[in-house]
Amino acid sequence: MRRHTISILLENEAGALSRVAGLFSARGYNIESLTVAPTEDPSMSRMTLVTSGSDNIIEQITKQLNKLVDVIKLIDLTEGQHIERELMLIKVKAASNNQREEVKRLVDIFRGRIIDVADNNYTIELTGTCDKIDAFIKALEEPLIIEVVRTGISGIGRGNKSLQA
Amino acid sequence: MNMANTEIETITGAEIVIRCLAAEGVEFVFGYPGGSVLHIYDALFKQTDVQHILVRHEQGATHSADGYARATGKPGVVLVTSGPGATNAVTGIATAYMDSIPMVVITGQVPTSLIGNDAFQEVDAVGVTRPCVKHNFLVKDVKDLARTLKEAFFVATTGRPGPVLVDIPKDITAHTTVFDYPQTVDMRSYKPVTMGHMGQIRKASELILSAKRPMIYTGGGAILGNAAEAVTEFTRLLGYPITLTLMGLGAYPATDPQYVGMLGMHGTYEANMAMHECDVLIAIGARFDDRVTGDLAKFCPYAKIVHIDIDPSSISKNVQVDIPIVGNVNSVLHELLGLIRESNRQPDKEALTSWWAQIDAWRSKECLRYDRNSPLIKPQFVIESLYKATQGDAFITSDVGQHQMWAAQYYKFDKPRRWINSGGLGTMGFGLPSAIGVQLAHPEATVACVTGEASIQMCIQELSTCMQYDLPIKVVNLNNRYMGMVRQWQEMFYDKRYSHSYMDALPDFVKLAESYGHVGMRIENRDDVEEALKEAFAMKNRLVFLDFVTDQTENVYPMVATGKGHHEMFLGPDRELA
Ligand SMILES: Cc1ncc(C[n+]2csc(CCOP(=O)(O)OP(=O)(O)O)c2C)c(N)n1
Repeated sequence: MRRHTISILLENEAGALSRVAGLFSARGYNIESLTVAPTEDPSMSRMTLVTSGSDNIIEQITKQLNKLVDVIKLIDLTEGQHIERELMLIKVKAASNNQREEVKRLVDIFRGRIIDVADNNYTIELTGTCDKIDAFIKALEEPLIIEVVRTGISGIGRGNKSLQA
Repeated sequence: MNMANTEIETITGAEIVIRCLAAEGVEFVFGYPGGSVLHIYDALFKQTDVQHILVRHEQGATHSADGYARATGKPGVVLVTSGPGATNAVTGIATAYMDSIPMVVITGQVPTSLIGNDAFQEVDAVGVTRPCVKHNFLVKDVKDLARTLKEAFFVATTGRPGPVLVDIPKDITAHTTVFDYPQTVDMRSYKPVTMGHMGQIRKASELILSAKRPMIYTGGGAILGNAAEAVTEFTRLLGYPITLTLMGLGAYPATDPQYVGMLGMHGTYEANMAMHECDVLIAIGARFDDRVTGDLAKFCPYAKIVHIDIDPSSISKNVQVDIPIVGNVNSVLHELLGLIRESNRQPDKEALTSWWAQIDAWRSKECLRYDRNSPLIKPQFVIESLYKATQGDAFITSDVGQHQMWAAQYYKFDKPRRWINSGGLGTMGFGLPSAIGVQLAHPEATVACVTGEASIQMCIQELSTCMQYDLPIKVVNLNNRYMGMVRQWQEMFYDKRYSHSYMDALPDFVKLAESYGHVGMRIENRDDVEEALKEAFAMKNRLVFLDFVTDQTENVYPMVATGKGHHEMFLGPDRELA
């Protein structure tokens, strides 16, 4: 079992996302996260999908994805050097001075930003690898956390490698 | 083009649909009308290029189109209305999908402005069918209609074929535009592979020639890929034994001595044993289905495996293979044939001689033997008699159950596209409507539907369609008053608790056939079987429903039970364990 980050170029069609999602549920593959948005070419979407499974399962997943008529191209980023980033928006309690100080210190250490301030809470923006975001959440005392919103991972190959139609 | 001509002809979406079908050379559309396809039906009314076949249930339409496709290799075409028309078609679409049958299904949809409003007869046809189509489309603009239909035919018929659904809202069929049917298709996201990788093919030819105990295992892909001739040439050139899957029957002549019978759950002893003992397995257009492999842990334990298939996702899905070749089966086999002929290596004669001696020893068990002295009508005997009565040259469609397995075991198919059955989905109700498609495609051919009294009742209404279009199909009903295959499993694995597998309150099939205007015959005596068949096939222009009252207790053997390996077959209660 290994975690794989698969990057997919697909037609920007109404049904395309549900074809991918449907494939995963129909064949019992798991999805840890999935992000999708249009690219510089509005007729195409780029999807980053994080899944896990044995080598055989991952091979089947990539083959089955390739078989979907709406899928233009895909790459298993995990097979090469690549960069992964995730964005998190997190609302935490910041009622007392003490709490405010502690949260600010952590945000600095993790290079996040406080993007909204209310009477009793801060909203923080943090980007990074999945691990970094996990670590930030862990570093906060659990009772402080009000709400967590994560985008899921977006990935891209390093260097000259790129996924194009 | 004459730029001065300002009157460029525009036509309605409905007319475009018909013109596209005509441009694709579609002979028959199997369909059933309803509100959202009324414009299309009106356009159908005004033309003569495409013949519409009115079925009695949309499931019948999809199975008929499917039978037509299997018998001809051309895509089957279906036209149904929105909502219940579309949902009724789903079983037939899923059946075609599981067996990779090219089909284009046109469904009407509620007008664009009503989509999502729970409108009358609205169902999300694209959503409902997504898991059981190769691809589907919702047309949102009449300008996209012709291109979409072109793409639908292209996707359905290329690569690994399959059903494609095109959902057309009613307003689109009323809108007008210029008709311009594209000559070619260019889809950046769909580029099926055809040629196999030469390096892999070379490696495969070396492995194939090094075999001591080779086995050729061929499936439906060889039929779909029109590769029966190449399979035959390849097998004869090498002198190797060949087995066929349920879907592959006819890809190699069953009467040829190199054929060792079907393999798998109800395969022959010799085919399954040869699978288990072989050292090189050559899989051609087959997908290692669970009914074929038995327990995967015990599958072909000594074999190096070559696998030729057009679908990369079929390769190493269930069984890890040593030399995968992705490509069109026919072209890969021709490349292989070339390499083998040029090679200075020959198949190992000595090894082959002892391998064939071993296979002949397995054959001598006569695993398909049955009690020929029984006073009852044995279903196997009916199939053997059917084979004789048709000189082995009929198109045989089948439903699902014991009768299907007996037809596969005892009718010796020498040609491809003659054996038409629902192997993947196992759809009861397939037999009769698929025979309609076959008979329409081949009006002069002998077409018989082998069925059971349970299966036939699932699409019996199509007897009416057969009457309307004068289709002289012969229905061979093996009437054992049981859902025999279910009863067999209950006998073997549920201590004979026959829970709801009986067939009570059966209709009088003779009268039923007659009430539809056909000929009905009931055969209760084993000595009448051959004569009845002869008589029925002599009625060239009539549909004859032959109701054979068969032995209720007969089971299908050999059997590889779930969880067993090929070498652990059960040959029958009065036989020793294999
Ligand atoms: C639509 C559908 N429902 C249920 C089944 C499960 N099933 C498989 S074989 C069978 C019995 C078929 O009985 P019959 O048509 O009389 O054939 P026999 O096995 O007796 O030859 C059933 C119910 C099926 N294959 N298809």
